Amino acid sequence: MSIVLGLFNYWVVIALMMIGFYLVIATSNLIKKIIGLNIFQTSVFILYISIGKVKGGAAPILEEGTELYANPLPHVLILTAIVVGVATTALGLALIVRIKEAYGSINENEIREKGGTT
Amino acid sequence: MLVATALASIFIRDLFAVIMVFGIYSLVCAGFFLNLNAPDVALTEAAIGAGIAPILMLGTLALTRHSWDPEPHAKKSKHNPLLPLIVVTITGAALVYASFDMPHYGDVTAPANNHVAPRYLQDSATEIDIPNVVTSVLASYRGFDTLGEVFVIFTAGIGVLALLGFLSDGSGRKYWQFADTASLRRHTVLHVIAKILIPLILLYAFYVQFHGDYSPGGGFQAGVIFATAFILYTMVSGLQAVYKIIRPEFIYLMMVIGVMLYAGTGLVAMFMGGNYLDYNALDHHDPVHGQHLGILLVELGVGICVAAVMMSVFFNFAGRGIHVPEDNKEGGQ
Repeated sequence: MSIVLGLFNYWVVIALMMIGFYLVIATSNLIKKIIGLNIFQTSVFILYISIGKVKGGAAPILEEGTELYANPLPHVLILTAIVVGVATTALGLALIVRIKEAYGSINENEIREKGGTT
Repeated sequence: MLVATALASIFIRDLFAVIMVFGIYSLVCAGFFLNLNAPDVALTEAAIGAGIAPILMLGTLALTRHSWDPEPHAKKSKHNPLLPLIVVTITGAALVYASFDMPHYGDVTAPANNHVAPRYLQDSATEIDIPNVVTSVLASYRGFDTLGEVFVIFTAGIGVLALLGFLSDGSGRKYWQFADTASLRRHTVLHVIAKILIPLILLYAFYVQFHGDYSPGGGFQAGVIFATAFILYTMVSGLQAVYKIIRPEFIYLMMVIGVMLYAGTGLVAMFMGGNYLDYNALDHHDPVHGQHLGILLVELGVGICVAAVMMSVFFNFAGRGIHVPEDNKEGGQ
C-alpha cells in the first residue's frame, strides 16, 4: 500500500507524459501536436515539483519557527521552464501560421500531399 | 482529474474545445502545484497556462481556420492509431518499471533534497536575507541559469517577430494602419469591466514584481501579468487603440532593455571587483545590501523582458489576423 501511495504521483506523471506523447505521434493536426507537447511538458513539471515536495514541509519562504521547507531548487527550475515553455510554444504556433499560409493547411497529411506536387 | 482533462484533449475533435480543455487542465495543474507547496510555480502556471497559452492557441486557430474544409476530419486519417498506441504502452510500462526505484513521495531523505537544497535553506537567511528562498536561488545562486532562460525567451520573441512581424511582410504595408478587428468595441459592459480590471491587474503586477522578495512572485510572473493587462485592453478596444499608447518599436526596445539590464548588472558587479553576477561586490560595505540591490535589478530586467516579449508575441498574432485574409484573397485569384 505504501508503494502505491509513495509512487502514485510518478504514475500520474507517466500517464500524462504518455498521453502527450500519443498526441504528438498519432494526430495529424499540428495544433493538436503542440497541445500534446505542452501536456508532455507539464508532466515533467509535475515530476520535478513532486520530487521537491517534503512531507510536512512548508512553502520555501523563510519564517520564524518553521524548520522544514519544500525543496526550492525544483521550483526555480520549473517556474523559469514554464515561461520558456510558453515562449517556445508561441514560436511553434507562429511556424504553424506560416505553414498554413504556405500550404493552406495545418493537417500533416494534406501538407505532405501538397509538398509532393509543388 | 488531470488525467481526465488530458484524455479529453485526445478525444475531442473540435479544436476550440480542445484549447478550452487545455486551459482547464493548466488551472488544475496550478492548484496541484499549490498543494505541493510550490506557490511560485502555481502563480506562474496559472498566469501562463490558463491565461496566455490558450489565447495564443486561439489566435493561431483564428488565423488558420477560415478556409478550412467544413469537415476536415471526415477524411480518414492515414495514420493507423494502433501503432502509436503500442509504442506509448511499451514506453509507459518501462517508465512504470523504472518508477519503482524512485524515492517515495515527500521523502525527506530523497537524494534531491539532500545536496544543495539544505544549504540554500540554511544559509540564504544570512547571505542574502530574503525570506523567499525561491527568489534568492533564482536571481542570485543560480543567476547564470536564469540569465540563460531570459535569453531563450528573448530569442523566441525575436523568432516570432521574424516569422509573423511586419519586418518579414515585404509588401511594405504598415500593419497598424488597418481597421481593428475587435468587434467587442460595441459591448459597453465589457468596456466598463475592462476599465475597472486593467488598473487592478497592473497594480497587482507591480506588487508581484517588487514584493517578490517576501512573498511568492518575481519578475517572470509579474511580466506575464503585466502583459495580460495589455492583452485584455487589446481584445476590448482593438490593436489601434493600444498602439496609440505604446508604439510597437517601444515594446521591441523594452525587450532588449530587459535583457541588457540583467546582463549589465552582472557586468557592473564585475567592474566593481567581483565575479560576473556576484552581487556582493555591488556594495563593499554591506554585501547583503548588494545582494538586495542586485536581485531587485535582475528581477526588474526579467520582468521587463518577459512582459515585452509576451506583448510583442500577442500583438504579432493579432496584427497578422488583420491582413492575412487579404493575402489569401490575392493568392486565391
